[in-house]
Amino acid sequence: MVTSPRSQPFAPRVVPVGDAAVMLELADAIDLAANERAQRVAAMVRVAEVDGVTDVVGAIATVTVHFSALTADQARSLRARLHDLLLTALHHAPGTDASDERPPVAVPVCYDAAFAPDLADVATATGLSADEVVRLHVASQHRVLMMGFAPGFAYIGGLDARLAVPRRPTPRARLDAGSVAIAAGQTAVYPFATPGGWNVIGRTPLAMFDPAREPPSVLQAGDRVAFVPIDAAAFARMASEAASAAGRPPRGRAGR
Amino acid sequence: MTLRVLRAGVLASVQDLGRAGMQHLAIVPGGAMDRVSHVVANALVGNEGDEATLEIALAGPQLAFERDVLVALHGARFEPQLDDAPMPIARPVLVRAGAKLRVGRAADGAFGYLAAAGGIDVAPVLHSRSTYLPGAFGGLDGRAVAAGSRLPLVAGVAKLSASRYERLRRGGRTRPLGAAAASVRWSAPMLTLPATDPIVVRVVDGVHADAFDAAARAALVDAPWRVLPESNRMGYRLAGPALASTLRRDIVSQSVGLGTVQVPPAGQPIVLMADRQTTGGYPRIAEVISADVALLAQVPPGRSLRFERVSLDHADAAREALARRVRDLTERLRWEYHE
Repeated sequence: MVTSPRSQPFAPRVVPVGDAAVMLELADAIDLAANERAQRVAAMVRVAEVDGVTDVVGAIATVTVHFSALTADQARSLRARLHDLLLTALHHAPGTDASDERPPVAVPVCYDAAFAPDLADVATATGLSADEVVRLHVASQHRVLMMGFAPGFAYIGGLDARLAVPRRPTPRARLDAGSVAIAAGQTAVYPFATPGGWNVIGRTPLAMFDPAREPPSVLQAGDRVAFVPIDAAAFARMASEAASAAGRPPRGRAGR
Repeated sequence: MTLRVLRAGVLASVQDLGRAGMQHLAIVPGGAMDRVSHVVANALVGNEGDEATLEIALAGPQLAFERDVLVALHGARFEPQLDDAPMPIARPVLVRAGAKLRVGRAADGAFGYLAAAGGIDVAPVLHSRSTYLPGAFGGLDGRAVAAGSRLPLVAGVAKLSASRYERLRRGGRTRPLGAAAASVRWSAPMLTLPATDPIVVRVVDGVHADAFDAAARAALVDAPWRVLPESNRMGYRLAGPALASTLRRDIVSQSVGLGTVQVPPAGQPIVLMADRQTTGGYPRIAEVISADVALLAQVPPGRSLRFERVSLDHADAAREALARRVRDLTERLRWEYHE
């Protein structure tokens, strides 16, 4: 299946994964429509609240349902039930849903040079001015394709094609928490400081992940995202508000 | 009311059965590496829920007791010393205030679980007391225990410990254990690793098993796989023959699980364990069956294992059999505390 040529249409299927999960595969490549459907299916399966199901994870092109079953009989009947539920949900999940009126999640971003060490390189690589890069990033129709890598980390698709840049040839030893970075047609917002190879074009003052908060993550898969440009003064104010809400000292200063 | 850490071991952290239900936010369940031993350790001290235990890897800390506390150490075969006398494992021990416990090294296995009456009383984070070290939250402020750490115990732990030990005493099978402790004449069965390598770990085919040629699929179950020292709570790295994937393109990242055997391009498999990332994009050649994850967790670096391919039906039956054994054992232990 994984080596099937792309010219053939992909037939969605449900397969067992180990002895404690089943997975619906909707596509074998990154496909925004398939991803949107996957997230709708995941939401539908989650609200079904099937006994024994522990986690429902909508990823790029798959929905995995993890379960806990004590007896072999329970496991077998749960697999059969989830197989049917996933395919039924897929059948009823529209590829795109114009009726989705949920507002996008606003993520304020300061694109000032002090927070955007790679903005000039991105401008050079794309033949655009730095202002145009920011304008296109703000105007892109962003949507969270998948949560992964670390708690609260979102892979955000929908980046304007003119901003397609590869990862940096040498990863940076440290991206500050809140870094907004692009690569491979996607945007990521780093919930914490980490080494990374993506191109940092701005920073958000929001704490993207806080285990003491409910829900702990600002974003989840399927969310539309609106990056809202802010200036350095607004960044400083919001960062200090976020820090006092979390009971921690403000983090991240410009120019570090 | 705390257990004072005098010296840190290799890696000891507060764990319970973890935080299920948040993998869609990229929050891994985490929790005890060997869930069976964690559950049994709790039952050994009369805890009836998922109280937090101290998970101790390979070589343990030194702890000072400030109150009388009923404890049990289960899992890996440590050889603990209580004020320079051996402390029995796999059974409840009433440790007296003022005693010092030196957990020492694991003679067999990798992870021990020190349970205390009432549990280790850290605040839950995202519905669990387990420590998630990569994210620095949960447990003792998200960190492993260090010299000077204080492990909080429940209020009134001395009284609780005394009343539980009194119930054991009424059963008539307790015995004194020097000035520092008292214990019982019985013990719970231990998970014991086979004396000789390779240790057999059962797997079912992974979703990308057909992305590997016949030689690689045969090598997976024929070759011995040595557990490398860089293995940790996130994953066990295995050394053996390179498993070549015939995949002609990348796999789109998907949800992975406890026991997923993924093969990065270099061909050396990694088994994903408790603190794994929630998604992965490497081909999955196999999945360790649920019933053998605790066994695998106990295989220390340097020892070798062999994978045995089984059917999904076999995996289901094995999981049920293990669940039944654990349930029977915990019910027997509960009976020891019957009033």
